[in-house]
Amino acid sequence: MDMQAVKFYQTGTFTVGNRLLAPHERSVQAEAARANSLTSGHRACQGCGEALGARYAIDAAMRATGNRIIAVNATGCLEVFSTPYPETSWQVPWIHSLFGNAAAVASGVAAAMRMKGRDDVRVIAQGGDGGTTDIGFGCLSGMFERNDDVLYICYDNEAYMNTGVQRSSATPPAARTATTPAMGAEPGNVFGTGKNVPLIAVAHQIPYVATASVANLRDLEHKVTRAMEFRGARYLHIHVPCPLGWGSAPADTIRIARLAVESGLFPLFEAINGEIASSTPIRRRVPVVEYLKLQKRFAHVVGAGGEARLAHIQAIADRNVMKFDLAREPA
Amino acid sequence: MRAGWLHRTREARLGIAGRPATEVEPVLQVRMHGRGGQGVVSGAEMLSVAAFHEGRHAQAFPSFGSERMGAPVMAFCRIDDRPIRLREPVMAPDVLVIQDATLLHQVDLFNGLSPDGYVLLNSRQGYEALGLGDLMRRMRPERLLALPATDIALEHVGRAVPNVPLLGAFAALTGIVHLDSVVAAIRGKFAGRLAETNVAAVHAAYEQTRRLLETTHA
Amino acid sequence: MLKQIEGSRGIAEGVALCRPQVICAYPITPQTHIVEGLGEMVKTGELAACEFINVESEFAALSVAIGSSAAGVRTYTATSSQGLLFMAEAVYNASGLGLPIVMTIGNRAIGAPINIWNDHSDAMSMRDAGWIQLYAETNQEALDLHIQAFRLAEELSCPVMVCMDGFILTHAYERIEVPAQEDVDAYLPPFEPRQVLDPAEPVTIGAMVGPEAFTEVRYLAHHKQMRALDRIPQLAAEFAARFGRDSGGLIRPYRTEGAETIVVSLGSINGTVQEVVDEMRAEGVAIGSVGITSFRPFPLAALRETLAGAKRVVVLEKCLAVGLGGIVSDGVRKSLSGIQLNGYTVVAGLGGRAITRVSLRRLFDDALRDALAQVTFLDLNTDLIEHELEREANARRTGPTAEALLRRLGAVSARIG
Repeated sequence: MDMQAVKFYQTGTFTVGNRLLAPHERSVQAEAARANSLTSGHRACQGCGEALGARYAIDAAMRATGNRIIAVNATGCLEVFSTPYPETSWQVPWIHSLFGNAAAVASGVAAAMRMKGRDDVRVIAQGGDGGTTDIGFGCLSGMFERNDDVLYICYDNEAYMNTGVQRSSATPPAARTATTPAMGAEPGNVFGTGKNVPLIAVAHQIPYVATASVANLRDLEHKVTRAMEFRGARYLHIHVPCPLGWGSAPADTIRIARLAVESGLFPLFEAINGEIASSTPIRRRVPVVEYLKLQKRFAHVVGAGGEARLAHIQAIADRNVMKFDLAREPA
Repeated sequence: MRAGWLHRTREARLGIAGRPATEVEPVLQVRMHGRGGQGVVSGAEMLSVAAFHEGRHAQAFPSFGSERMGAPVMAFCRIDDRPIRLREPVMAPDVLVIQDATLLHQVDLFNGLSPDGYVLLNSRQGYEALGLGDLMRRMRPERLLALPATDIALEHVGRAVPNVPLLGAFAALTGIVHLDSVVAAIRGKFAGRLAETNVAAVHAAYEQTRRLLETTHA
Repeated sequence: MLKQIEGSRGIAEGVALCRPQVICAYPITPQTHIVEGLGEMVKTGELAACEFINVESEFAALSVAIGSSAAGVRTYTATSSQGLLFMAEAVYNASGLGLPIVMTIGNRAIGAPINIWNDHSDAMSMRDAGWIQLYAETNQEALDLHIQAFRLAEELSCPVMVCMDGFILTHAYERIEVPAQEDVDAYLPPFEPRQVLDPAEPVTIGAMVGPEAFTEVRYLAHHKQMRALDRIPQLAAEFAARFGRDSGGLIRPYRTEGAETIVVSLGSINGTVQEVVDEMRAEGVAIGSVGITSFRPFPLAALRETLAGAKRVVVLEKCLAVGLGGIVSDGVRKSLSGIQLNGYTVVAGLGGRAITRVSLRRLFDDALRDALAQVTFLDLNTDLIEHELEREANARRTGPTAEALLRRLGAVSARIG
């Protein structure tokens, strides 16, 4: 019988756990016996990308470790909406300490597990972009440098959302936030600022670094699973749209995330021990305006008078495509 | 010849048993001056360990200026037969150790020194030559010693750190601690070859001091 | 075993005997020798089953400790001065979460101006953060307090700070009895956490608490320290019974029976104070002293009982509540509520200035004649002050104050005390 390669795409209905796949290739979320680490009842906004990403990521980690993880959470949206007094939606051991110390607390938990002879128990630190790229940066770098056995997951919604949408060093150029209002000669966030923490993680030469997006949840699960195969410091940076902060429709979260990837603004790649090991080519490249126009935070870019800014953002996307070789033919 | 000063003073001041009502000072206070890198602090520490080996209470602590090589440094040592409660710097030393003669006219080294006190000075020159004639006349001359401790250290240990030879001189001059106790302190701090060369240095300084004292009192 | 060692080394050996499993350290003078000693012991295997983590800041140090303590292992760290401030957020977090971390504070002044020498301003800055605070008078007591601290911390689920004067104690060589491992093991059983991160029994630690319950959580923390007022003397008594010496407890009265004047202080200065008390008692003066060992919880009742019969109390403190005067004297005053006597605050030893017998004698003589102001700065250089105030009155651009004072003072290294 002729064998025909079949490509599966997630389009239209965004269904999970494609039943035509072998069981072990299916999404964790397709299993009734999944850990459900972040269970229902939390207070996230409608369409929250972070809640989606966290659920997929932590359940994947639980499957990869036989349900043996401890989670350390920085202050932020995820921490606040998942533990509204007097309830918690976490079904895994979970600690929240401070805003800037999740990586350090996780290092401590990992050391304790080693001392207890429990290296089967793995540690995940997680936080938003604010807690990771800014206030938590020192502790993050320290954890990387020591190569502590921690997987750090950053849910990047590109601003301090929980406190009312203020600019962080992950806020993209031109984006409107409460502290970079769309006013004056340079509306929105200033061009030429910002930090690329995934590349900084790569520069620390830690065992595994990857970027992921809620646009491709299977890829996200795969990267979490792969990360858990390594020992030492690992970093996963997940792009998670925030309808409230971005001024987008809650129903558009995954679509917007996909457009970010397909425009080249959010490249998907993996790095191992300081070298880029793989990148996901873009199947169908879209101009950045397709992505930006769905978000009110970029209204002054896509509207009249924003042409120069739009061109500048397009140039950033073009550079990413070149740098990560995203225009190549997919295998 | 063990210095008799210590015993007479202790008997006179302490009486037969315990600390009398009027006695509030520890028996011995030593102040050491030098520069960072010359082992002033470890010298005081080793002295305290030597006293410890003789079953006595001893307290040694430093007084730092900024932490850098070459800056003036002081260290203090108190020796007593009772627990030492006092924590202030040594204001009225019974013994003064000067590890670096360049401090002589820069720092008020002799502040509080008792006229019956001992001075150990690390120098190739004598007190008169260093402009300390006045001091000599105020003090008891047999208690003032000048010794080329750095030279002794260089000869035996190969390092220009005069603290150990000065401890040997200290034992010979004052009799406050035995040479054996100083040697034990050295062996506790250094290991292997470094211990042996330092022990050689301390012996050399001890012998040289004794010879000097005999010549002076001949 | 009796040893003549540096205070820091004594602490390192004492902490090692407590079998910590995670030690995290960031260097800062004057505590560094402690963690260096422990690091060495871990490397050589002398301290087995312990991980020593070099962290990138004090904030990270206490955060790592929070993680490992919450995960159920005995944890230790140490800091001073600026480092304690840098971890301030974590200090409150650790006590709020009820984690039994033990931390040594090598007491050092807080800048600006930067100053590496001893005073109590660092620990005082965290006095209300919910940690138990114990002050050591000698290096022996400092070692002993660490053993008692782990026991107390784990029993109450409350972190404990053991404070010891930087340089004066940390860098002093003196006689220390280092206990035997069996005796420490008998006194300090293995850590049994009240809460622990464990996949077998998931819990959520550190959730938000709203107005409905926050007050109750804080009350329970206060209640813990009230219980500590009873436990501290009991644990000290148990320690004395097993190890044969008096270490710890709430306060240490000295010759206070029939004393008309009592001097109160914290830490190593109490030793010098006792020397002056002896000198004056020998002359027939009715004077005594009290060393406060437990500053948090503050021993109100014990102090009241000891001080109530005196005519005057002199509180000698190595800290300053800027704009108010004394910090320790506030607590002492509270303990004497309703009792009429003369109270004097003396701020001394700031930034490592030596507190001498001679100065104290003069001070106590003034106290006897009630010739002291409410707040006195011991050995204040009034010439410097007056000169600087005059400069400031006459010009706007007077430059940094510290520089001006130092210039007027001349070559600092020429002085002894």
